[in-house]
Amino acid sequence: MSTSARYWREIPQRYRYEASKCKGCGAVWFPPRLICAECGKREFEDVTLSNTGKVQTFTVIRVAPNEFCDESPYAIGVVELDDGVMIQCQIVDCLPEEIKTGMPVKIEFRKVKQEGQAGIINYGYKAVPAA
Amino acid sequence: MVDVAVIGVGMMKWGELWDKSLRAVFVEAALNAIDDAGVDRIDSMYVGCMTSGLFTGQEHLGALMADYLGVCPIPATRVESACASGGIAFRQGLIEVASGMSEIVLVGGVEKMTDVDGGGATYALSTAADQEYEDYNGVTFPGLYAMMARAHMEKYGTTRKQLSEVAVKNHDNGSKNPNAQFRMKLTVDKVAGSVMVADPLTILDCSPITDGAAAAIICPLETAKKISKKPLVRVTGSGQATDTIALHQRKDVTWLAAAEIAAEKAYKMAGVKPSDIDLAEVHDCFTIAEICAIEALGFAEKGKGGPVSENGETAIGGRIPINTSGGLKSKGHPVGATGVAQICEITEQLRGESGERQVKDAKRGLTQNMGGTCASSVVHILEVA
Repeated sequence: MSTSARYWREIPQRYRYEASKCKGCGAVWFPPRLICAECGKREFEDVTLSNTGKVQTFTVIRVAPNEFCDESPYAIGVVELDDGVMIQCQIVDCLPEEIKTGMPVKIEFRKVKQEGQAGIINYGYKAVPAA
Repeated sequence: MVDVAVIGVGMMKWGELWDKSLRAVFVEAALNAIDDAGVDRIDSMYVGCMTSGLFTGQEHLGALMADYLGVCPIPATRVESACASGGIAFRQGLIEVASGMSEIVLVGGVEKMTDVDGGGATYALSTAADQEYEDYNGVTFPGLYAMMARAHMEKYGTTRKQLSEVAVKNHDNGSKNPNAQFRMKLTVDKVAGSVMVADPLTILDCSPITDGAAAAIICPLETAKKISKKPLVRVTGSGQATDTIALHQRKDVTWLAAAEIAAEKAYKMAGVKPSDIDLAEVHDCFTIAEICAIEALGFAEKGKGGPVSENGETAIGGRIPINTSGGLKSKGHPVGATGVAQICEITEQLRGESGERQVKDAKRGLTQNMGGTCASSVVHILEVA
């Protein structure tokens, strides 16, 4: 099992959607980077991602990894947020067959999994149908 | 740079090899390659392997395999680049010979995947994706390629039947390959109707879990002319490229940019274009992967990989035969071995040794191997010397 540090250090991204905006070209990186992959500049300002977007593509996982096997089938998609950043997350609070490419979604804070019976509960973001 | 030739290749029967260990599998393929080349020494060796640590608990494969191959104290280096480990190991061996640093180099690839259960194998393979921002959410490799498939279908009109045709064709080819893991033939209905793994991909859209190894012996072309008794096969092109580790960070999830760039480099080095290639082994870890790969390599127009796969152009006897070995789909996909096995198939085809699945007058072949969702890709071009 991983130490808690590994989980803790990702909290700013998973709980608060903290990203970095390049001071050179304006590219927004999520998760944050130390060097901009577009222009090579190393100065950034902190920004918070938009919490609304649209499904770009998705699948329904029917053969799941061990730690998710009690939940299958579940949907996972690529979501383009309104600020142009692409993320991947589960799509929940709807039936898999209701999901369509282009569907507007809202990003919400949810439980993702837990590390065994006594380990850390892992939180993060999931997409839910907007409106 | 020294011109380099492949003078020996070694395959073995792939499958669920319960009675064979990681080291035994590798050494069997390596000895087959050494016997095929007829060499009495090796100066250096490379071992392509993705994750023997997770599959068997064993790392440090360079020394282990040199030891059990009986070639200590030669330098032996393991190369890891997920499912492209084998192809990239071959490129490292190529660079070592081309530089003049070593004369006779063995490049092997290996994976022993059945010492863990299905969940263990799914986890081991998933480590090729972004652990913190893809796997964290419960995605699997079939799931990632399924998202590519859905996007390709919605953008270009690629059909369920076209995906199935890739599997049907590769199993037809694999049925003629005695080393293939799954030699049964399929139908389009059987592929589409098999168990759903990650919509729209079924179990028969996916390559299997396989134990196996493959090996090749390379040396300078001038040395090969003196010592080889086989038709000479020269490596004329090599290219390698990377892309974002996470699929969702790509501008277009249907386009294998790393494969395109690796191919461009290989074509340029060889001084050829896609229409000059007689046959190719491409990385069909999923049916959609072959459709995307033939587009990136220039064998089909962008978005037309589906129709090209459906109309027989990629079958043996077609315009550009793809995966005459059966591909990863039928031959099996011991991940670290796959890239080297592609070299074995093309070498045998160029020597005219492929029996029932021989491509007539094959003079120039291409291999394309990739890791993850094509975050790494490597392309080689081999020609009759």
